[in-house]
Order: sequence, then C-alpha cells, then structure tokens
Amino acid sequence: MFALRAIAAPAQRQAFRATPRAAVTLSLQNQRLYSEKVAKYEGKKDGQGNYTVSLIEGDGIGPEIAVAVKDIFAAAKTPIAWEPINVDPILKDGKTAIPDDAIESIKRNKIALKGPLATPIGKGHVSLNLTLRRTFNLFANLRPCRSVAGYKTPYDNVDTVLIRENTEGEYSGIEHVVVDGVVQSIKLITREASERVLRFAFQHARSIGRKKVRVVHKATIMKMSDGLFLQCAHNIAKEFPDIEFDAELLDNTCLKMTTDPIPYNDKVLVMPNLYGDILSDMCAGLIGGLGLTPSGNIGDECSIFEAVHGSAPDIAGKGLANPTALLLSSMMMLRHMSLNEFADRIEKAAFATLAEGKALTGDLGGKASTKQFTDAIIEKL
Amino acid sequence: MLSRNSAQRLLRTAAQPSQRLNIARGFASVQDTPAQSLQADIFKPTKYGGKYTVTLIPGDGIGAEVAESVKTIFKADNVPVTWEQIEVSGLSDATPTGRTEEAFADAVTSLKRNKLGLKGILHTPISRSGHQSFNVAMRQELDIYASISLIKNIPGLKTRHDNIDLAIIRENTEGEYSGLEHQSVPGVVESLKIITRAKSERIAKFAFSFALANHRKKVTCIHKANIMKLADGLFRNTFNQLSKQYPMLECNDMIVDNASMQCVSRPQQFDVMVMPNLYGGILSNIAAALVGGPGVVPGCNMGRDVAVFEPGCRHVGLDIKGKDQANPTALLLSGTMLLRHLGLDDHANRISNAVYSVIAEGKVRTPDMGGNATNHEFTRAILTAMEKSL
Repeated sequence: MFALRAIAAPAQRQAFRATPRAAVTLSLQNQRLYSEKVAKYEGKKDGQGNYTVSLIEGDGIGPEIAVAVKDIFAAAKTPIAWEPINVDPILKDGKTAIPDDAIESIKRNKIALKGPLATPIGKGHVSLNLTLRRTFNLFANLRPCRSVAGYKTPYDNVDTVLIRENTEGEYSGIEHVVVDGVVQSIKLITREASERVLRFAFQHARSIGRKKVRVVHKATIMKMSDGLFLQCAHNIAKEFPDIEFDAELLDNTCLKMTTDPIPYNDKVLVMPNLYGDILSDMCAGLIGGLGLTPSGNIGDECSIFEAVHGSAPDIAGKGLANPTALLLSSMMMLRHMSLNEFADRIEKAAFATLAEGKALTGDLGGKASTKQFTDAIIEKL
Repeated sequence: MLSRNSAQRLLRTAAQPSQRLNIARGFASVQDTPAQSLQADIFKPTKYGGKYTVTLIPGDGIGAEVAESVKTIFKADNVPVTWEQIEVSGLSDATPTGRTEEAFADAVTSLKRNKLGLKGILHTPISRSGHQSFNVAMRQELDIYASISLIKNIPGLKTRHDNIDLAIIRENTEGEYSGLEHQSVPGVVESLKIITRAKSERIAKFAFSFALANHRKKVTCIHKANIMKLADGLFRNTFNQLSKQYPMLECNDMIVDNASMQCVSRPQQFDVMVMPNLYGGILSNIAAALVGGPGVVPGCNMGRDVAVFEPGCRHVGLDIKGKDQANPTALLLSGTMLLRHLGLDDHANRISNAVYSVIAEGKVRTPDMGGNATNHEFTRAILTAMEKSL
C-alpha cells in the first residue's frame, strides 16, 4: 500500500489516468525524501476487502444524487463501503465547526465524497466548505473540465486541468476595518503553502501524463506576493526536469482560454486561490456549467471529493437532479485511491450515456429522471 | 453642438438615440454625477485656435504602429485635434526612450494640462524591484478612477457568441492594485487590498449615471462578498444602498466566479457591470475574448478632471511589435469615444462607420480578425471607406 502512485510517467497521455502501481514501486529508491508523493491515499481495506468512504450527502438534491452514485458503484462492484456522516454545523467556542464524529469519520477513512451543501448567506456563518477545508487542511483544489459529448456549447473538445491553492491567498480571511469606510483585506502568500501546492501540481501532471505545467499569476502588479508564488514555482520546477514549466499573466490566460481553450489541453494550470476560483468556474462555463465538472480537495491526511454545484432546493425531492458532477467526482476519488479500472469503466458508461443523449436530465435538455439516467449508465456497465 | 458642459452633453446623448449602425449608444461619455446640478466647468479641455490639444501616449509594443494609424485617419478627417505626443515606455531595456521617470512625469503633467489623453498600453516588467506599473501609477496619480470597457459584437466579425453588448466599469485606483505589500518574515508575504466607502460610492454612482446616459437597463455589481465579507461586502453594500436612488434601473449583484462562468456561457444577460479593480481585469479579458480580442475593444478611464482613452482590454502586444500586424481598431474606437466626449460626433461617426464597414465587408482584416492584411492596408481601407462616404 506504500505506493508512490504518481511518480513514474505513464506511457500515454490520458486525462485522469494514474500510473499502475506496480510500475511505481520500482522507482521508489530514486526518490529523494521531500519529493515523496504529496497527499497520497493511505486508507486500508476492511474485513470484506472494501475501502470505507465517508459520505456527506449534502442538502437539497444531495441525497438523490448520492443514491445514484451508490447504485452505480454497487452495479460496478467497486470495493467501496459507504459511511454516511452528518456535517450540520455546530458552534464551538463561537466558531462554526462540524460535529466531532464527522471529523473522526473522515480522519479515519482519509477520504470522503460530498454532495452540495447550502451555506446560509449573510448570517455570519463561515461557509461549511471553507470549514471543511480548514479542518482537514485541504490545500489543493483540483478542477478538471472536459467537454461532454452530447452537450453542445460554443466550445468543443475542452480538456483543462486546473489546480488552485486552497488555504491562503485572497481567502485568508484576514480583514479589518481601519476606520469607518476603509477596509483592508490581506492576501497572504507563504512559501510553504505555495511550494506544497506547486509540488502537487507537478506530481499530478506526471500522474495524468501531461508534460507541461503553467503557473498563472499577476506578478506585474503584485510583485511580492505573486512574485513569491512565481519564484517558488521556478524552484520546484527544477525538481521536475521532465515537465516543461512556464508562467503566464492572469490577463493573458483569461483572454486566451476564452478565445480558444484547446492549447490548454496538454497543460496543468496552477495558481493562487482567487484566480483559481474564478478560472475554474470559467472553465466549467466553457463546457456547460458546474453540473458537469468534478472537483477534488486534496490534503495531506485526507481528501474530499465533491460536487461544486448548488443544492438546487427548487427541484429537490422531485427526482430530476443530474448526478453527473458527483459521479465524476467519485471517479476522481477512485483514481486517487488507485482504483483506476473501476473509474475507467464507470466513466466510459457515463460518457456514453451522455453522448447518446437518450436519457438526459432536464438541465441538459432531456426529460429523464435521475433514476432513468442512473439506470441507463448501469445498463452500459 | 460643441458645448462642453457635461449636463448638456448628458441631455444631448439622451435626446439622440440611434445613429447609423446604432453604434453611437455605446460610445457616449458621461460624468460622475447624474441629473443633479453640475458645476459647469467640471471638465474643460484646452482649445486653442479652434483645436483641442490631446496628449498622445503611444505606449509599448504595438502602440507606436496603431497610434500612427489613428493620427493618419484623424488627419484625413480634419479632426480639430492637435496631438501632444509623449513617448513613455515601461520597458527597462528600451533605448533611448527607455523606462524613465522623467517621461512619465511629463506625461502626467501634460495630461493634467490638456485634461484629455489617448493612450496605448505600457509594459510592466515582473522584476520585483523598481517602480510599480506605470499604467497603474498614472491612474492613481490622475485619479482617473473609472475604467470603461465596451464589449460589443462587431457586425460581420463572427465569434463564438452573438448579441453581446455589455460595458465593464472597473474601479481603477484601489483594491488589489494598491501596491501595498510587505514581507512579514522571509517566505510570508502580505498584500493589502483596500476598499473604501468613498471610492465604492464614487464608482457605483458612475456606473448608474453611465447606464442612464447610455440607455442601458441593468447594472450588475460583481464581488466576492461571500469570502471577503468586509472588503467586498463594503463594495456590495454601498452599491445596493445607492441602487435605491435609481429605481428606473434594474440592479443586481453576482459573485465573481459565477459571473465569469456566466460570461462564457450566457454573456447576453449582462448589461452594465461594475466591480473592483482585479475582477475588472479578469472579466474585461474574458469578455474581450468573446467579441474578438483586445484588438477590437475600446475603452477609457474617466476621472473628475482628466479622461484618458485607451484600449479596453489592456494588452501590450510585444509579441507582434514591429510586424505590421497590429489591429488599430481598439485605439481608433477609443479615439472616436474621445471625439464624442468632445462633442465632435460628426467626426466620430464618420470614422467609426468607416471602421465598421471595413470590418463588415471582411476583405481587409488584420490577422487577429482572421484576415491577412497588414495594419497599413487596414488603415488604408478605412481611409478609402471614409472618402466614399463623403
């Protein structure tokens, strides 16, 4: 189980695919200590040979799409046992926190799958997503976006991979009112966090077989903060001579990606928090919205994979929700656990169903229910 | 016709709906206070011998080439403008007109005197030492607080999206571009984002009056108040409060990541958008890409005293410098905005109509618009079109 899954470069370039484990153990000796795989999965199988995964079903449509994922996983006979947990926020010492048994569960299982959570707006609540990220120190947000055949948008063949620093930057949460009407908000960039996410980006590029890593920054204006991030990138790049590294100004990235996203298909983009937040959603927009994009929050101890779309209270309980985002996230999770063959099988079935276009849910312009969509995928398995 | 009184200009724009090709609407200018009583001389460009003096800063990269086109075309139309050209450069290695503080100071003085400028983009090096960006410094020095980018499909120039017509209004003088950064301990850097109520109010008011003067229906405030609760919260709350004074406008707000997603999937929903500095940079680039890139997006920076017109999507274009491939459309249309600002609508219409007709015809286009014409050929085609229309 001590597999440095992602170190060796895979033979061919294929999105999402990680290297088979056997190939990797060989390269173990060559590894310098610090370049040990960032955030590798260390979960153990239980008595029945299953990995336990904490499942946060979430609010609104969450439970329905969670059922869809569970059904599909059962049909594909994936070695996963679910442990449903409740993360309704509690107040602990005046701060938003999640219940202890939920924390326990995730810490024990080291992996979780999460549906959409509704954040109450404007009630002084720190968003639960932020709380989860802080509690488990999930430092990298991994956001691949791939065009879904069968859902037409102005952009075709998009296949971007974006990694976002998740713990600091503009979202440090350090803000204060200097005098009435004057607010300072601090963007925090540290070498430690920057190097960690950058190293993860390079390793991830290797593991999915991409040869280029590009840092997106605005160091022309923020010379010190983004400058530090950029400088860290230059240093880390030296540890990965097989990966081509370059940097691009945020403005150019926005412009070029929107003009034509295809040149980004062979790259992994990595950037500070805010830029990543905006650009990852922008990429989702290119392929048709958050309902079709997976997301993974990667941390050293545990990782949480999630659907980033809203909880859609208007269609909750009607059986109309589209489980694609959660399903794609769960496949990212399987790959993180090195269960690649299951991920590949399910993914093939899911994309085939979407491409066929017979059993699409309402948001994709179809008429099918969640159940019909799920059944269509299961049939393809 | 040549009245420079702002209130009158507002009224005039309001009374003059659609011009030929319906382009006039997007390019009208506006001052920062709505219909309330204005001081008559808020804005007074110098005019000697029947001509306005305008500071021209060609900028780096393609700046010199496109500025040349603008000068040629303006001259051909006998526009009553005298250029006061000042070579400023942000490039550290450019000689002899390299990055010098003196040239920059000259430019600022000239702009203060003339109150009007047409400007290309200045390069900003990444190097950590040295001066902050000249572009940013100029905006802060002159307090040209509102940046406007006009994003509109150009007839005949096919892109992935149709029917886009939006204006991005961006706060230009504070926010993330404050330039306040420090290293607390080695490896830990703090960068300050400053949001003040006064400046938020100012930009919000500007956006509302811009919307009214240009017959726009909706103003959207872009923010990230769910995370930056105090800073962006202040910006949004100020906007929301002021919006009550403008019941004739539809006002809403949107989180910046959602806005950028909507921008690439359904940009038609936006009309006027107002936002802090950094988001403006991001969204103006995304939006510019929707209608054909930085070569076709005009813009301007407005302050209380000075107005500087520059391309709305700020790219230096160092990569195509000197290759005669640059597209002068953005600077030309920014120039016509300047003319409308002066009340020289006839000149502005003639020039912009010529530009649009050349692009619509599609025979002569620069490479960024999918053609293979040079900048010179494109400029000549515009001159020909202007002659024909006489």
